[in-house]
Amino acid sequence: MSEPRHRTLTVLVQNKAGVLARVAGLFARRGYNIDSLAVAPTDDESLSRITIVVDVESAPLDQIVKQLFKLINVVSISELHPRDSVERELLLATVKADGEVRARVLELVQIFEAKILNVGHTAITVSLEGSPVKVDDFEELLRPYGILELQRTGRVALPKLDRNL
Amino acid sequence: MLTNGGQALIKSLEMEGVEVIFGLPGGAILPVYDPIIDSPIRHILVRHEQGAGHMAEGYAHATGRPGVAMVTSGPAATNIVTPLCDAYMDSVPMVVITGQVASSSIGTDAFQECDTVGITRSVTKHNELVTEAADIPRVIREAFHIATTGRPGPVLVDIPKDIVDPQNPRSAMEWYWPESVDLPGYRPETRGDPAAIRAAADLICEARRPVLYVGGGVLKARGAEALRELAELTGIHVVTTLMARGAFPDSHPLALGMPGMHGTYTAITSMQEADLLVALGSRFDDRVTGKLDGFAPDAKIIHADIDPAEIGKVRRPDVGIVGDCRLVIEDLVEVLKERGGPDSQAERGEWKSRISGWQERFPLTYEPSDPGELLKPQYVLEQLRDAPSTPDDTIVVSGVGQHQMWTSQYWGFDHPYTWVNSGGLGTMGFSVPAAIGAKVGKPDRTVWAIDGDGCFQMTAQELVTAAAERIPVKVAILNNAYLGMVRQWQEMFYEERYSEVYLSPDLPDYKMWAEAMGCVGMRVESPEEVPAAIEKANSITDRPVVIDFRTDAREKVFPMVPSGATNSQVVVPPSQQDLAR
Repeated sequence: MSEPRHRTLTVLVQNKAGVLARVAGLFARRGYNIDSLAVAPTDDESLSRITIVVDVESAPLDQIVKQLFKLINVVSISELHPRDSVERELLLATVKADGEVRARVLELVQIFEAKILNVGHTAITVSLEGSPVKVDDFEELLRPYGILELQRTGRVALPKLDRNL
Repeated sequence: MLTNGGQALIKSLEMEGVEVIFGLPGGAILPVYDPIIDSPIRHILVRHEQGAGHMAEGYAHATGRPGVAMVTSGPAATNIVTPLCDAYMDSVPMVVITGQVASSSIGTDAFQECDTVGITRSVTKHNELVTEAADIPRVIREAFHIATTGRPGPVLVDIPKDIVDPQNPRSAMEWYWPESVDLPGYRPETRGDPAAIRAAADLICEARRPVLYVGGGVLKARGAEALRELAELTGIHVVTTLMARGAFPDSHPLALGMPGMHGTYTAITSMQEADLLVALGSRFDDRVTGKLDGFAPDAKIIHADIDPAEIGKVRRPDVGIVGDCRLVIEDLVEVLKERGGPDSQAERGEWKSRISGWQERFPLTYEPSDPGELLKPQYVLEQLRDAPSTPDDTIVVSGVGQHQMWTSQYWGFDHPYTWVNSGGLGTMGFSVPAAIGAKVGKPDRTVWAIDGDGCFQMTAQELVTAAAERIPVKVAILNNAYLGMVRQWQEMFYEERYSEVYLSPDLPDYKMWAEAMGCVGMRVESPEEVPAAIEKANSITDRPVVIDFRTDAREKVFPMVPSGATNSQVVVPPSQQDLAR
C-alpha cells in the first residue's frame, strides 16, 4: 500500500499570543502545504493543541516536524497515523430539500445519524460529526441534491489507547 | 525593590553582562534611554538603525558574546530587519530591543507604529511582544538564553512605551531576577549520540578519500582546537566554508582553503572526488554544493550539526549527529584514539598525492598589473596581509561581492574569529558597521574592513559614529567603480551587456568623504604607493582611516563554478585553462 499523501500532526504549543501565526507563517515561509488545521485549548490552560493535516508531497514529513520543533513555543509534536488514532471532523451543510427530494435528504440524514439544525421551506441545515471518511461520504451523497452552503472544521485527533495489560 | 519597566530593562541587560548597546533613540523607546545615563553599559549612538544591527553582529562575531541593539518603533524597527535576517542566516547571537507604541495604541495605526513581531517573525530565532512591565526581566533572560544556546540566532523583544514609562502606572513593578528559564519547548541537544559517533568513526577509519567539510557551526561552538586535533589525529584534509574561515589555519599542511562557487580548485575538487565528507557545522549551502545532484557523487556523508533540521535537509547523511560541534568532535577524537589513532586509518597515500598535485597545478593566481595600469585587488590584499605593520591576528571584515571572495581567498586566516562577513544573506553594506562592532568588542586588535565601492556607499555614514565614538577602524575600499560581481556575471553570462553596474571611481570622492566624516582619507592608484599607505593607515590609532584603492574593473574572481553547473565544471583562471585536470 502506498504511503498516504496526507499525515496528521498533533502539536502541543504554549498558549501564547501569536503562536498560531508562528506555525502558519512557518508553513508559508518554507512552502509546506496545510490541508487542514484546528486549534483548541487543552485541559492544561497553559497549552493549546494544534492538529494539522499536512501534505507530505510538498516536503518530507521529517523536515516539517524538525522545522516546527524549532519554534520556541512548540512543546511537543507527534504524528498520528490514522491506524493508531481516533479522528473526528464536523460538517455543517445547508442543502436544498424541496418537494419530493426532501424525503430522500432526510433519509440520508437518518442513515448517517446526522442532525437537523435548522429547517426552511426549501432547504435544511444539517450537521454531521464523524471520521473524515464518513464526513467525506456524507458530503458526496448530499452533493447531487444541491449544497447551498458548506462548512467543515479541520480534523482533530487523539492517539488510540493502549489496551495491552 | 519597587522599580519601573524602563529601569528594569536596563538592569536586566546589566544582569546579562551586557557591556555595550548599539542604538538610536526615538519616541517609543525614550523612557528606556533615561536610565541608560546612570548605567555602566556603554551606548554607541549610530547614524542609522541598520548600522546598529550590523555592529551588534560584528561584536558577536568577534567576541562570541551576544550583540545588543536598541532602537525605537516603526521605521527604526523596519530598518533593523536586514541585520536580523543577516544574523538569522549566519546564526549570530544577537538581542534586539525595539520600542513599541503604548499598549492602548497597538493596532490603531498610531504614529510610528508597525507590527514589529509580525514583520520579524520569520527572520528571528524568536521574538516577543512584552505586555506587562513585570514580564521584562523574565523575557530578557529568556531572550539571551535563546540567542546564545543551541543554534545561535537573533531574538527581538518589542516593548510598548507604557510599560517602561515611569509616568505611567502600568510601568510600576517589583524588581526580581529569574533564577532560571522555563521554556518547556526549548531543550537544545548538545551531546552527540554515542552510537552515531561510533558509526562516524567507523566510516572515517575506512575512508580512502575523506575530507573534513567545516562550516560556521565549528566556530560558533568554539571548536577550532578540537577540529585541529581531529585533523591531525586522522591526517584528513580540511575545507573551511566562507563562514568557517579561520576555524582551521590556512597555513596548516592539511588546509585546502574555501570550497564552493569561488573556492580553491583543490577544495572544490577534493570534495567532488571524496568518498567521505565529514560535514561539521556546515549546511550544504547551494553556494558550496553547486548543482546538487552532481555534488560529491561518490561521497558518503557524516553530518554533525546542533540544529536537527539541518540533518538531511539538503543531502541525506549516512550518519547524522545532532550536537554541539565542539563536543561532537571531542567525542569523535576520543573514539578514534581508542581505535588506535593514525594507525587505524585506511591507506590514503594515493589520495594525498592527488591532492598535492591539484594544489601544485591549480593554486590561486592572478596576473600582476602592467605598469601604468590600475591596481589588482588581489595585490592590494596580499600587500595588506603581508605588511609588517599588519598584526597576524588582525580582524578582517568584508562586505559582499568580488572583494569579499578575494579577501576570503587571499587573506590566509590563521586564527579563529578573525574573519567577519555576511555569508547567508549576502548583505551589501555589512562591513563598515560590522567592523565597528568588532573593534568595540576587541579594542586591542587591528580591524580592517575590506569593502567594495558599491557596498561602502550603503552604510559609510557609520564612519561618523566611529569617528565620534573614537573607534579607530580601518577601511580599504577596493574601488573598481563597478558593482563588480554583477559586472562579472554580465561579462560572463550576459554577453558583456553591462546593465546598471557602473558607479564611477570618483563620484563620490572617497577621500574627501572620509575626511568629512572625521576619518583620515587616502587615495592609492599605483602599486608603488600601496605599502606606504598601508604603513600609514596601520600607524593611525586615534581615528578611522579610509583608503580608496583604485582597482582594475576587468579583474574577475576565479575559480568560479557557474550558477547551475556542477562543481566538476569549475572554471579556472585563464592562465590555468590549458592545464590537464
